[in-house]
Amino acid sequence: MGEAALFWIMAPIAVLGALGLVLSRKAVHGALSLAVTMISLALFYIAQEAAFLGVVQIVVYTGAIMMLFLFVIMLVGVDSSDSRVETIRNQRAAATLAVLGVIVLLTAVTVRATLPEEPAGLTQATPDGNVAAIADLIFGTYVWAFEVVAALLITAAVGAMTLTHRERIFNRPTQKELSIKRFSEGAPGDAAGLPVPGVYARHNAVDTPALLPDGTPSEASINRVLVARGAARSTEEFRHRPTPADIEAGATETRSSVEGEGRLASDADEPAAGDDDTTGGERA
Amino acid sequence: MIGLSADTNANEIAGFGSDPWWIIAIKVVAIFVLLILLTLFNIVFERKVVARMQHRLGPNRTGPKGWLQSLADGTKLMFKEDIIPKAADKVVYVLAPIVALVPSFLILAVIPMGPEVSIFGTETRLQLTDLPVAVLFTLAIASVGVYGLMLAGWSSGSTYPLLGGLRSTAQVISYELVMGLSFVGVFLFAGTMSTSGIVAEQERLWYGIILLPSFLIYLISMVGETNRAPFDLPEAEGELVAGWGTEYSSFKYAMFFQAEYFNMVNVSAIATTLFLGGWRAPWPISAINDGMFNTGWWPLLWFLGKVVLLIFIFIWLRGTLPRLRYDQFMHFCWKVLLPISLVWIVAVAGMRLAFNEGLERNQILLYGGIVVAVLLIGSLLIPEKKTPAEPEPEEREFDAFAGGHPVPPMPGQEFVAARIPAATTQTDDRTEESSRA
Repeated sequence: MGEAALFWIMAPIAVLGALGLVLSRKAVHGALSLAVTMISLALFYIAQEAAFLGVVQIVVYTGAIMMLFLFVIMLVGVDSSDSRVETIRNQRAAATLAVLGVIVLLTAVTVRATLPEEPAGLTQATPDGNVAAIADLIFGTYVWAFEVVAALLITAAVGAMTLTHRERIFNRPTQKELSIKRFSEGAPGDAAGLPVPGVYARHNAVDTPALLPDGTPSEASINRVLVARGAARSTEEFRHRPTPADIEAGATETRSSVEGEGRLASDADEPAAGDDDTTGGERA
Repeated sequence: MIGLSADTNANEIAGFGSDPWWIIAIKVVAIFVLLILLTLFNIVFERKVVARMQHRLGPNRTGPKGWLQSLADGTKLMFKEDIIPKAADKVVYVLAPIVALVPSFLILAVIPMGPEVSIFGTETRLQLTDLPVAVLFTLAIASVGVYGLMLAGWSSGSTYPLLGGLRSTAQVISYELVMGLSFVGVFLFAGTMSTSGIVAEQERLWYGIILLPSFLIYLISMVGETNRAPFDLPEAEGELVAGWGTEYSSFKYAMFFQAEYFNMVNVSAIATTLFLGGWRAPWPISAINDGMFNTGWWPLLWFLGKVVLLIFIFIWLRGTLPRLRYDQFMHFCWKVLLPISLVWIVAVAGMRLAFNEGLERNQILLYGGIVVAVLLIGSLLIPEKKTPAEPEPEEREFDAFAGGHPVPPMPGQEFVAARIPAATTQTDDRTEESSRA
C-alpha cells in the first residue's frame, strides 16, 4: 500500500526529470533534472528495502559524479545555451534510428523474460541483510572481477594524470619571494599593492577610478579589463568642482544660497586643485 | 525508512517501526523545534563567546542578558526587501535556498538522543528512526545539501557567487571523502552502520578514545564540510564579498543562514554518536548509582551537552584561527588528511583482524610497541638530510632608506642617525618617477 503510493508519486517525478534532462535548453537545468531522477530512483531502491543501494546511489552518483558534472558545466556561465546547429551530418536521423533500436531491444527482452511464479523475497535472498549480502558478492563470488575493474580504474586515473602532467622548469615563486621582489624591484609606491577604486558620496564600485592627490584619476585603481570593455566610468560625474563664486559664497554667506548652483557650469571653468578642500567638506 | 513488510529481517533494526503515528508526529515536531531552538541559542552563543575572546561583551540588550538577540535579528531579516537580480536564473535562484535547507532537517532523524523512555505511557526510543545504513544516510543527505550552495552560486549570475559556488563544491567533495574514511574505523569496530547499534557498542569505551586519529580527522573534516572558519573559503569576505550568498537577501538569505547552523548541529550530533558515546553519560557520572544517569530522560542532557561542547569548539576555532589560503587548504585535504586516514584504516583493519584471530589486547600492544620501536630505531639510522647552510647575511651597514623606503634596522644592525639629506633627494626622484599622474 505505502509502496504503491510512493511509486505513483515518485514515478512521474522521475520521468519528468528524465524528460527535463533531454529537453531543457540550459545544461545546468538538464544536470539538475538528472539529479532529480537519480534521487527518485534512490527512493525506489530504499522502498524496495535495498537501503544500502539507495544510499550509495545518492552518495556516489548525486553527491560526487553529478557534482563534478555541474562543476564543469557551471564554468560555462549562466547565459549560455546549447547551439542547435547539427555539427555532424545526418546526426539526428542516426540518433532516431538508434533510439528506435534500443526501444525494440528493451521491449523484446522484457516480453520474453520469464518470471518465477513466487518471488523469493528479500529475507530469503539476503538473510544477513543488505550490506552483508553485497559484501559477500563483491568480496566473495566476484572478487576477481571486482579487483580487475579496480585495477582498470586506477590505471585510467594514473594515465590521465601522466598525460596531463607538466614538469615545472622553475619553482613557483612563494608569497615571501614575491613580497621581497615587490619591495626590491618595483617602485616604492607600489609596494603596498594597487590602490583601491574610488569611493564617492554617490558611487562606490570597482568601475570608478580613485583620484590622485593632484585631482587626476588613477589608472592603476581600476581593472584594465573594465577599461578595455568600456565599462569603466569617468570620475567627472561624481566630483564636485566648486566655482570661484561658490567658494566666495561658502566663505561668507549661508549654505542655502549656494545649494543647487552650477554643477553644469562647474565643468566649464576649472578651479585650482588646492581650492577643492575649502568647500568640499561642507558640500559632501 | 519506510516500513513495508511486517516480518522483521536483517534489513530492519529491532525496536523501530512499531511506534503509533502520534508518537512519530511528536518526535518529528520535537526534532524540528530542537533544531530551531539550538540555532537561536547557537547564534547568540557564538557571538557572546567570540566577544569574550576579543575582550568585548557581545549582544546584551535584547531579552534577558541578550539571549533573544538572534530572534530579533531573524525577525528583522524576514521583513527585509527580497531582491532577485536581473541576471539571475529565477527558478534555480529560488530553489537553491530550499535545497540547502530541507536536507539539514533530515539528519537528526537517525540520531539517537536517548534510550527507551515512556511518552504518555508508551515505551519508545528517543530516536525517530534507524536504518542498517544510517551513517551512510547522513552522508547522502549532506551531499544533497551542498547542491544548495552550488546552485546559489551559479544562479546568481554574478562572478563572486560563481567563484564561491565552485569553491564550495570542490571543498565539500574533498572533505566528504575524508569524512567517509574517518567513519570506516568506527564501522570496523562496531560491526554495524546503524547509529543506535554504534552507540550500544560504545558502552565500555568511547570510540573517540580507541580511534583517536579517526576522531581528529572527523573533527577537521566536519569544519570543512560545514564551510566554517578557518575553512570558510566559499564565503571569504576578504576575497569574494560573501561568496555564493552575495546576491541573496531577506528570507532566502535567512534560509542559507539557518542551513549553516543546522548543519553545525548535525555534524556535531554525528560526532557525538560515532565517537563520544552518543547519549551515554561521561565516565564518573555513568558509574553513579549503578548507571542511573544512563536511563530515562537523563541521556538527553548528556547528548545536548556533548553537542554544545562541539559547537563551542567550532566557535573557538573561528575565534582563534585565520582563514587558510585556498591551495594550502586543498593540499591539506588531499596530501595530508587522505594519506593519514588510509594508513590508519589499514592499521585499524589489522587490529580488528588480530582481535578476530583471538589475540589478546596486551599481546597486540606488545607487538605494536615492538613494531613502533623498530621503526623508531630504524629512523635513527637514516642519515640526517644535510640542509644547505644558509648563506650568512653579509654584515651591511644600516641604511635607513634602503631602496628608497624608510626601514627599521634588521636584527644585528645598529641604528645610526639616518643620512637624511642624501636619502631625501633620492626618494624625491623616485616618487616623481613612480607617480602615475
